[in-house]
Amino acid sequence: MTTTSLSPSRRAWQRFRRNRLGYGSLLLFCALVMLSLMAELISNDRPLLVRYEGQLYVPLVQDYPETVFGGDFDTPTDYLDPFIRAQLAKDGNWAVYAPNPYGPNTLNYFAKAPNPSAPTADNWFGTDDRGRDLLAQLIYGFRVSVLFALALTAIGTVLGIVTGAIQGFFGGKTDLAFQRFIEIWGSMPELYLLIIFSAVFAPSVGLLLVLLSLFGWMGLSDYVRAEFLRNRQLDYVRAARAMGLSNGQIIWRHVLPNSLTPVVTFLPFRMSAAILALTSLDFLGLGVPPGTPSLGELLSQGKNNIDAWWISLSTFGVLVLTLLLLTFMGDALRDALDPRKQD
Amino acid sequence: MTETAVSPLLQVRDLRVAFRGRPVVHGIGFDLHAGEKLALVGESGSGKTVSALSLLRLVQGATVQGQALLDGRDLLTLNERALRGVRGGDIAVVFQEPMTALNPLYAVGDQIAEVLQLKRGLTGAQATAATVELLASTGIPEPARRARAFPHQLSGGQRQRAVIAMALASQPRLLLADEPTTALDVSLRGQILDLLSDLQRQHGMAVLLITHDLNLVRRFADRVAVMEKGHLVEQGAVAEVFARPQHAYTRQLLDSRPVRNVCEDPVPADARPVLQAQGLTVHYPVPQPGLAGWFRAGRFTAVKGVDLAVPPGRTLGVVGESGSGKSTLALATLGLQACEGQLQVVGQDWQAAARAGQLRALRRQVQVVFQDPFSSLSPRMTVEQIVGEGLGIHEPGLDAGQRRERVLAALADVGLAPTADGGADWLQRYPHEFSGGQRQRLAIARALVVQPSLLVLDEPTSALDVTVQRQVLALLQRLQRERGLSYLLITHDIDVIRAMAHEVVVMKDGQVVERGECRALLRAPQHPYTQTLVQAAA
Repeated sequence: MTTTSLSPSRRAWQRFRRNRLGYGSLLLFCALVMLSLMAELISNDRPLLVRYEGQLYVPLVQDYPETVFGGDFDTPTDYLDPFIRAQLAKDGNWAVYAPNPYGPNTLNYFAKAPNPSAPTADNWFGTDDRGRDLLAQLIYGFRVSVLFALALTAIGTVLGIVTGAIQGFFGGKTDLAFQRFIEIWGSMPELYLLIIFSAVFAPSVGLLLVLLSLFGWMGLSDYVRAEFLRNRQLDYVRAARAMGLSNGQIIWRHVLPNSLTPVVTFLPFRMSAAILALTSLDFLGLGVPPGTPSLGELLSQGKNNIDAWWISLSTFGVLVLTLLLLTFMGDALRDALDPRKQD
Repeated sequence: MTETAVSPLLQVRDLRVAFRGRPVVHGIGFDLHAGEKLALVGESGSGKTVSALSLLRLVQGATVQGQALLDGRDLLTLNERALRGVRGGDIAVVFQEPMTALNPLYAVGDQIAEVLQLKRGLTGAQATAATVELLASTGIPEPARRARAFPHQLSGGQRQRAVIAMALASQPRLLLADEPTTALDVSLRGQILDLLSDLQRQHGMAVLLITHDLNLVRRFADRVAVMEKGHLVEQGAVAEVFARPQHAYTRQLLDSRPVRNVCEDPVPADARPVLQAQGLTVHYPVPQPGLAGWFRAGRFTAVKGVDLAVPPGRTLGVVGESGSGKSTLALATLGLQACEGQLQVVGQDWQAAARAGQLRALRRQVQVVFQDPFSSLSPRMTVEQIVGEGLGIHEPGLDAGQRRERVLAALADVGLAPTADGGADWLQRYPHEFSGGQRQRLAIARALVVQPSLLVLDEPTSALDVTVQRQVLALLQRLQRERGLSYLLITHDIDVIRAMAHEVVVMKDGQVVERGECRALLRAPQHPYTQTLVQAAA
């Protein structure tokens, strides 16, 4: 007998950590997500902090009219304006800029190169056909994709577990009715519904999330159902029934924890599927509303401006890296949870 | 048998097997002569199956060292191509579970014919004829028709006969039989063993029988080799070893037949039965064929009008083969299966209790211990959670400290007293860290902690090794003597019945075919099924 005592999930976690590719992918992915969550500090057209004529300003969180910095108009300051730059560079004044001084929707009216511009010292990854900085769009687009995928995965997983648990645990007529419902629901043409809805309602990320969630739970639900069907007739569940536990207690304490293996295994793959779904919808113009930074929209720009190789190449690179990291994590997770593997 | 100048068919010398550097067989050696029956005996984990199968290099991921000379050719260094000729040629294997040893997609006859064509070069027509002959020789009725049957269409015994026929197809000189009867019902075991004996005599082949069952060894083998933890501790002629075991472990194995040590006083006349059933009937819905199946389900009656009573502090043994309805009876007793007729536990009816809202209180009175200690404990709960769960429901007033005390007391009752230093740490362990016997003790502790009156024991020891089995039975006997517990003991093992039961009922096809006081019934069984059972255990 071993001296240390670890729960099955902790042992799986240790097996996962021993897979260097998968664990490295997880660390890198988490680091990238954390960085993208701080995107405002990395890529922003406003300075983070400004000292102008003895006073401190925080443009990062507050709008200041141009008149504050010696301009003529009472409009929000354009910090890329050479005049403002000169004002901020005068004696005693200073400004801390983000490393990449563009936001995802910043239009640089003072750019030196025509749009789309190839990578330059000003725009490290070049600009798109509207003159927006590509690096900023990639950072914000990655953030939108990952957050969207996380939300979609979470909703789909919860729905899948709940419906699968109900079908598998109660079985019989409940199961039969639910299965027929899934068959009908699953045969609705998802893409056409999306097109119709995007025509009827104003497109938004929330609407997209709802629509994709409505159809995204069925695959997982089947796996959870199968696990529940198997686990509910195991002896420890029978013993728990004989002990007098209620159905809720049996599900929560006995069946559910032992039925989550397929759920956990599929998480990274579901995330990458969600990212791909969002990207393809954006590519078709059915996804997020215009103005939202999106990888799919960049790909579509790349298709329309085939000469501007930097657009398609960099977007493609970000997508491949993201999906590859998720796939490596998924593989490692699958190995770690493989019941045939003992350590 | 002459054991003189004839050189042995198989010589195993210093066989060592290791998995990823972890040795499991530490250098064993034995000889097997042509036409000899050697039994390799040991408990689970002793390395007996690994030793035998690694002779053919059939164990994946194992590093095998040593020598295994078949007619002077070392099987362990033979190239893969030559080894394939030996596998299923000179040496054939019969596995434990016939359902998985046969390919479910092919007819049984085709699978045997394939061996005949491959190993003996017969043509298709010859092979078909030979297949029928082989099946007939294994005693399968209507062999020509059975040859066209798929594995799932045969009964368990017939499947194992078909597997044996397949093994014999190549006319092997050595047959490796890995627990060939363990997956079968007790009444079939003797038949399969007799069949193996007959065929062994007819074909003059050697048999290496791998088993944990000493009764089989006594009946079947010429010589026996006893393995413990990867070491071969003793070998010799069966009669010799059984009469004068040299090694302590062999003595322990031979001495592991459970001992009867139960309260033998007569039941007081006024004692009210803890469990009483009259005309107990249980139906299952089954799908009906044809159009009618669309509209209503058929009915399968698993238990038909059973009467029984368990007095306080006594054990009622329920015996029967698989499918006889004894496990359904256990579920009905536990109130987990709807039933008709009268079924009272401590004087209360399950349905009445449900109506009165006292279902939980009644559940506390009846607890259960299942057969398989690996599926009866949730792998994701700690010992404390598993044993303490019942307390959380039936005695919600306890605080964490009191509950832990009760859990520790229950564990001590079943002989799982945590060591003085690591008591708390021990409670946080998970089931996978315990052996089969310890897990079964945990299952008993889980049942005991709520202080039930009746324990339903569903084959409580048949998944355990013989030495552990004896200890667990002794524990159950002690608990019964100390606490006046009643047991409903469901088993197919006559030895267990002999040790534990006061009264016995024998079930077949859902009905009680024989009942009576335990020892009287075992001395003079009346029903043919009971007679087979008692004979098989003799």
